[in-house]
Amino acid sequence: MHEKSLADLSKALHSKAISSVELTELYLQRIQQLDGVTNSFITVTPELALEQAHAADQRLANGSAGPLTGIPLAHKDLFCTKGVRTSCGSKMLDNFIAPYESTVTQRFLDAGAVSLGKTNMDEFAMGSSSESSFYGPVRNPWNPQRIPGGSSGGSAAAVAARLCVAATGTDTGGSIRQPAGFTGLTGIKPTYGRVSRWGMIAYASSLDQAGPMAHSAEDCALLLQAMAGFDDKDSTSVDQPVPDYSAELNQPLSGLRVGLPKEYFGAGLDSSIADTISAAVKQLQSLGAEIREISLPNAELAIPAYYVIASAEASSNLSRFDGVRFGYRCENPADLTDLYLRSRAEGFGDEVKRRIMVGTYALSAGYYDAYYLQAQKIRRLIKNDFMAAYEQVDVILSPTSPTPAFPIGEKIDDPVSLYLTDIYTITANLAGVPGIALPAGFADGLPVGMQLLGPYFSEPRLLNIAHQYQQATDWHTRAPAGY
Amino acid sequence: MALDRSDVERLAYLARIGLQDADIPAYAAKLSSIMGLIDKMQAVDTTGIQPLAHPLETTQRLRPDLVTESNQRDALQAIAPATEQGLYLVPRVIE
Repeated sequence: MHEKSLADLSKALHSKAISSVELTELYLQRIQQLDGVTNSFITVTPELALEQAHAADQRLANGSAGPLTGIPLAHKDLFCTKGVRTSCGSKMLDNFIAPYESTVTQRFLDAGAVSLGKTNMDEFAMGSSSESSFYGPVRNPWNPQRIPGGSSGGSAAAVAARLCVAATGTDTGGSIRQPAGFTGLTGIKPTYGRVSRWGMIAYASSLDQAGPMAHSAEDCALLLQAMAGFDDKDSTSVDQPVPDYSAELNQPLSGLRVGLPKEYFGAGLDSSIADTISAAVKQLQSLGAEIREISLPNAELAIPAYYVIASAEASSNLSRFDGVRFGYRCENPADLTDLYLRSRAEGFGDEVKRRIMVGTYALSAGYYDAYYLQAQKIRRLIKNDFMAAYEQVDVILSPTSPTPAFPIGEKIDDPVSLYLTDIYTITANLAGVPGIALPAGFADGLPVGMQLLGPYFSEPRLLNIAHQYQQATDWHTRAPAGY
Repeated sequence: MALDRSDVERLAYLARIGLQDADIPAYAAKLSSIMGLIDKMQAVDTTGIQPLAHPLETTQRLRPDLVTESNQRDALQAIAPATEQGLYLVPRVIE
């Protein structure tokens, strides 16, 4: 059963070939047997999962079930889940039992989906390798010596290892697409504002966006359907009708204009990745796509601008962790300042502290114009690059990352080298455009991800292209050995 | 720009992060390399470019000024490190 797609499992549940309780027990057993290696879960909630599965079986029996009813999912541990620890991968929130439910997880509860637990991640979603978690690094099921990508690396590893059917992730600079690419999954970062951020622990609020991670575009369409939509509780939520994400999956690709940005196929791109992506491009051509070279001239400025904007927003967002109202508090504070200084020093890990300090610097008196304002101006140049490109093409295609998944430990002591791994994904967050990652083949036995970026609210088109590619290829059905 | 010990001490204090003295050189080195990456922005002439704060350039939505939340003090204080009679406790501020 665990090798089946979400769409097939949904059919099996509706036809009573299997019950949600049976399916949930199967995945709980797999987590128990197999997650010792991958470390993809921070918290597993078997009792809650079985309770939800029982309720799902009742809905399946009485005819009130939808496509996600009874499907065992996992949620990145930054979505607040009422009554369940929500750690954000940090010692700061190791003792934090969320007092309310995030909009995204509430929507999955309403749809009747089962939650198996909360997945591991880079601390406060700040990372590209899922090595900075307080709960230890996540390992890639395709090769346990390699990172699974990050920051949604626990969700990626759990889905790739078939420890859940699909999972939620969040993407601030590539944190859905890059781990999806490294683990052979399909993951979509929607247009900024499409999915509610309410109850998502904030990293960089003008960039953060949640999305699904699954085995196929078809599965992502079903999941995004539940996640997307206006939410009064998120002040940047977009009040626009949600289309039927499954409706256009079967449209042919004839006449599709695909742009290859020359800046994304130059220096720094591993030749094994270039070759794999080139084969995928030929496959899309054979499905009717026209390929054009385009330019995103300001792409190389994206990483510097991102680390100013994201760090500045993080320094502000993370000021709430003060040891007073919730979360970690140091022992025996001498005075109030000592309480703040030591609670934050002991509660946060190194990378989180670095980003808070970079953001503090960028926002400090006398530096605001040179850093934060300059980064916001570059952000506009990057958005303008995309708008110009979409005059010529429908979507932009690139690898998700310049190399395959790298060894655990290789880059963790060199933040800048780690930052540069997000070179192809980070522009989409700055511009707010949607992007999908999907498996396009293998290099050295490790999955290679392909990324498609589209104009605002083009999620149906991105899912359509990915689905058509997946009808012609079987990369997305491959499973790592032993899983 | 390279950050020295005093820069790191100042930033850490502004951010209310009590760094251990022995860790400061490593922070200075890594923060300097991050700032080196960031400083590549400074070469770009952005005269006349309007800053972009929100990708869709929408403005913050307003709602009617009505009470929408019920009192959840007990639930919210149940996860606090220290409370007393409905108040959050911190070390004495006023002698």
